[in-house]
Amino acid sequence: MRRLILRHLPQLQPCVRCLRRLVLHGILFVGGAVVLAPLIWMCVASVMPEGEASQLPPRWWPSRPTVEHYAVLFSSLHLGRNFLNSLFLAAAATVLSLCFNSLAGYALAKLPFVGRDRVFAFLLALLVVPGQVGMLPLFLLLRSFGWVDTYWGVLVPSLASVFGIFLVHQYAQSIPDALLDAARVDGASELRVFWSVALPLCRPILVTLGVFTFLGTWNDFLWPLIVLSDSSKQTLPVALASLAAEHVQDTELMMASAVLTMLPAVLLFLVAQRAYVAGILSGALKF
Amino acid sequence: MHRTRTVAACVFLAPALAAIGAFFVGPVLAGLVLSLTDFDIYTIADSSNLRWVGLEQYQTLLRDPLFWQALQNTVTFVVVGGSLTILTALGAALAVWRAARTVQAFFRTVYFLPVVTTIVAAAVVWRAWYHPRVGLLNVALRWIGLPAIDWLGDPRWAMLAIVAFSVWKNFGFHMVIFLAALQSIPQRLYEAAAIDGATGWQQFRCVTLPMLRPALSFVVLITVIGSFQLFAEPYVMTQGGPANATLSLVLLMYRNGFQWWNVGYGAAVAWVLFALLVIATLTLRRLRARPGQ
Repeated sequence: MRRLILRHLPQLQPCVRCLRRLVLHGILFVGGAVVLAPLIWMCVASVMPEGEASQLPPRWWPSRPTVEHYAVLFSSLHLGRNFLNSLFLAAAATVLSLCFNSLAGYALAKLPFVGRDRVFAFLLALLVVPGQVGMLPLFLLLRSFGWVDTYWGVLVPSLASVFGIFLVHQYAQSIPDALLDAARVDGASELRVFWSVALPLCRPILVTLGVFTFLGTWNDFLWPLIVLSDSSKQTLPVALASLAAEHVQDTELMMASAVLTMLPAVLLFLVAQRAYVAGILSGALKF
Repeated sequence: MHRTRTVAACVFLAPALAAIGAFFVGPVLAGLVLSLTDFDIYTIADSSNLRWVGLEQYQTLLRDPLFWQALQNTVTFVVVGGSLTILTALGAALAVWRAARTVQAFFRTVYFLPVVTTIVAAAVVWRAWYHPRVGLLNVALRWIGLPAIDWLGDPRWAMLAIVAFSVWKNFGFHMVIFLAALQSIPQRLYEAAAIDGATGWQQFRCVTLPMLRPALSFVVLITVIGSFQLFAEPYVMTQGGPANATLSLVLLMYRNGFQWWNVGYGAAVAWVLFALLVIATLTLRRLRARPGQ
C-alpha cells in the first residue's frame, strides 16, 4: 500500500495541494463568519420588534422588520444631538491635527536647525507614554480655564500628536530638496514653499492622517467621558455607555444605537481603507 | 538664507510643540507632583487644603488590596489577551497570505473590520451575546450539551470574556502588519529552501519566522502598550466586577481620580502604570537587541 502511494505520489500531489487549498479557504470563510457574526446580528437585532432579540430559541431574522427603535433614538433619547456632536468634534479634531502636525512634521523633515535630531528623538520617546498618565492634571488645568464641559476641552489633547508628526515627517523626507529650492529661487517665502509645494506633495499622507484622526476621535471614549458631563454635549460613545447602563434589557434599542455609533466609522473605513492601512504600515515598517 | 529657514522651522514647530508641551508633557510631569500631594475633594473646594505628603500615596497604594487586584488583572490581560491576539493575528495573516489572490483583499477587510468599530458599541453587542440565559454563546453551549456559563457574572470567567472580546476587536490590526511583512519576503528564499529539501514546517521555522521578527517585535510592543491601557471594555461590560475580577489599572485611576476625587491617589496609580510601561518597553527593547539568544 505504502509503495503504491509512493509510486503515485507525483500524480497525487496536485490533488493534495488542491485539497489543502480547499481546507484553507474553508477555514478563512469560517473565520470570516465568526468575525462578522456579532456585527451582522447587531444589524438584524436592531430592526427586530421589542423582545425578539432575547427570545429562545434565538431568531436570526425579524418576524416583522421595524425601524421603531431608530425612531426612539432620535425622538425621545435625542441621540441625533450626540451624533452631531461626534461628527463636529471628529471633523474639528481632523482639521486641527492636520494643521498642527503637517507644519511640524514638514519642519522636522525639511528645515535645518540646530538640535533638530534631538527634538525628533524626544518626540519619538513620547510615543510610549500613555495619554492616561496626564489626564488628571490636564483635567484640573482645563477646569481652571473653565474649559470643562466644552467642545474645546475635548479637542485640546488632539491638537498635535506625536504619531501625526511622525507620519508627516517620514513622508516629507522623500520630497526632493531641489523642488523646494526651485521655489525659493523664484522668491517664494518659506510659508509659500510649504503651502504650495510641500503640502500638495504630502497629500496621500495627509489623507491617511485625516482618516486616522477622524476615526480615533469618533471612537474615543475615556477623555470625552471625563470632560463632558452635560448630556447635550456628549459624544455618541459616551451617550451610548450611559444608555447601556440604564437600558440593559432593551436589547433591540441598544443594538440600534450601536449601529448608529459604528456606522459612520465603518463606512469611512471602507471608503478610505487604502489610506488607513498605509498609515498603519508606515508606522510599523519604519519603526 | 539659512537663517530664514531656521526662523521658519521655529514658527512651524511652535504650535505643535506648545500644544504637546502644555497638554501632554506638562500634565504628565504635573501628575508626578500631584501624586506627592493629598489633593482630594476638599482641595477642589479650597486649594489651601493642599498638603505635601511625599511618598504617602504610593505607600497607601502598596497596602491597597484593590491596587494589587487591578495590577494582577491588568497583567493577566496583557499576557493572556496579548499573546492570544498576536497568535490569532499571525494565524489569520498566514492564512490570508496563502489564500487565492482574488479573495485576499476581501478577507483582509473582513478581519480588519472590528478594529474600526467603536469599542463601546461593540462591547454592548458582546454583552448581549454573553447574557447568561438568552445570550447566543450560552445557547450554543447548551445546544452542544455543555452547561451554561455566567460569562460576565462569574469572577472566574469575566476576565476571559473580556479577553475574548478584545482578541476579536484587535487581531485585525496586527494581522495587517504581519501580512505586509509576509508579502515582503522574497519568493527566492522559499525556492532556495525547497531546493535544499526543506519541508513546509522547516520553511516556516527557518524562513518565515526570522523574516517576521521585526514585525513581531513591533506588534508585541504596541500590544503591550495598548493592553496596559485597558478601560472601555470593563467599563461597559462589567463595571470592573464581579468582585473586582475585571478591575483594571486605568479603571482604578478613573474611579479614584474622577469619581471619588482622590486626585493624588489617582495620579499615583497613573504613574505606576507609566513606570510599568517604561519597564516593559525597555525589557522588550533589550530582548530585541539580542536576536537569536
